[in-house]
Amino acid sequence: MENLFSIFVKSIFVDNMIFAYFLGMCSYLAVSKTVKTSMGLGLAVTFVLLITVPVNYLLENYILREGALAWLSPELAETDLSFLSFIMFIAVIASITQLVEMVVEKVSPALYASLGIFLPLIAVNCAIMGASLFMQEREYANVGEATVFALGSGVGWWLAIIGIAAIREKTSYSNIPKPLQGLGIAFIITGLMAVSFMSFMGIKL
Amino acid sequence: MSLFSSKQFKPLSEPLLTNNPVTVQVLGICSALAVTVKLEPALVMALSVAAVTGFSNLIISCIRNFIPNSIRIIVQLVVISSLVIIVDQVLKAYAYEVSKQLSVYVGLIITNCILMGRLEAFAMANRPIPSFLDGIGNGLGYGIILVIVASFRELFGSGTLLNYKVIPDCFYEFGYSNNSLVILPPMALILVGVIIWIQRAGHTRFSIKILYSIIRGLLKAFGTK
Repeated sequence: MENLFSIFVKSIFVDNMIFAYFLGMCSYLAVSKTVKTSMGLGLAVTFVLLITVPVNYLLENYILREGALAWLSPELAETDLSFLSFIMFIAVIASITQLVEMVVEKVSPALYASLGIFLPLIAVNCAIMGASLFMQEREYANVGEATVFALGSGVGWWLAIIGIAAIREKTSYSNIPKPLQGLGIAFIITGLMAVSFMSFMGIKL
Repeated sequence: MSLFSSKQFKPLSEPLLTNNPVTVQVLGICSALAVTVKLEPALVMALSVAAVTGFSNLIISCIRNFIPNSIRIIVQLVVISSLVIIVDQVLKAYAYEVSKQLSVYVGLIITNCILMGRLEAFAMANRPIPSFLDGIGNGLGYGIILVIVASFRELFGSGTLLNYKVIPDCFYEFGYSNNSLVILPPMALILVGVIIWIQRAGHTRFSIKILYSIIRGLLKAFGTK
């Protein structure tokens, strides 16, 4: 339990997807003009992360990894399919995004209306793919840890995009040099936010 | 002959400066920043991305008339990820150290927005050769930003370039020290912000014009051969 909590806090603050690894920057910069839309996107990203990372974890540990196929038959104990992991992960992400879109549309039209336009965007959000690849690299012990990691990364991303959206709403009233307006200042603000997030780096849990 | 005319090269030269994918089109920032602590991984990353953009544009453009519109994203993703797997395996075989440093960012080329962006915007509507050049050009345009940021960070952060010591020892004796802030992730963001600022302010218009005319001249010389 303590371990799970530490993974959760670590993936939100210390290993923040945006501030430490720059993942998902494209949609982060494109959709962070108002707090409301960034809320929607953050929710959608967390939602998809929470589903894709555990699925990819199972895929990795029961099919792709070296010796993972041993449960099928002892002859396959030495098969190593890990070179296929990129294509499998992206296929899982793309199809699950599609599936989630269909399910959400059917089950909760209100949620669909608020997420609707963002869901298709998510298939190519680097944060989703990045979380799966980090999960593969860090070799979490069980599916629970991977799920908690996914939740933490999603919440961290959500926090980051809401933060920048709030700041950008304020900066629209500021007197910024013309060439710096928009994209340039967004980068510099993100940099400063990342500096402040670095204060969490020393935390040991 | 027409293959090397300067008009054909427009898709190659344009994204390098005037229509840069990172600073103008705002694509592919995701993986651009994390690999820029040192120059060497940045160069490798730039070349890998250029290769993947070029060949994925070429392949998609060749089969663009056979792809049903409703499943084109999946088809594009399959082509891209197969190419990235090839790049990853090649890097693991021939440049293992660098591929360790790049870690997950090689895999993240798949979700690099430049790829999808150029496939959708260019390769789906154009013939193979211009598409290939457009892909290479955009990959290199991305690479230029990567190399600028990485050389700045490596020079001021660790005083080296491509692991060769550039700043002489006597500087350190006079009290110069490496700026460790430059190595940390936030500085990459601020640097890109400043690059965008300079580019949009037009202070570099003059130097860009000179560079552009040099490239145009080179391409012309290439074309007359």
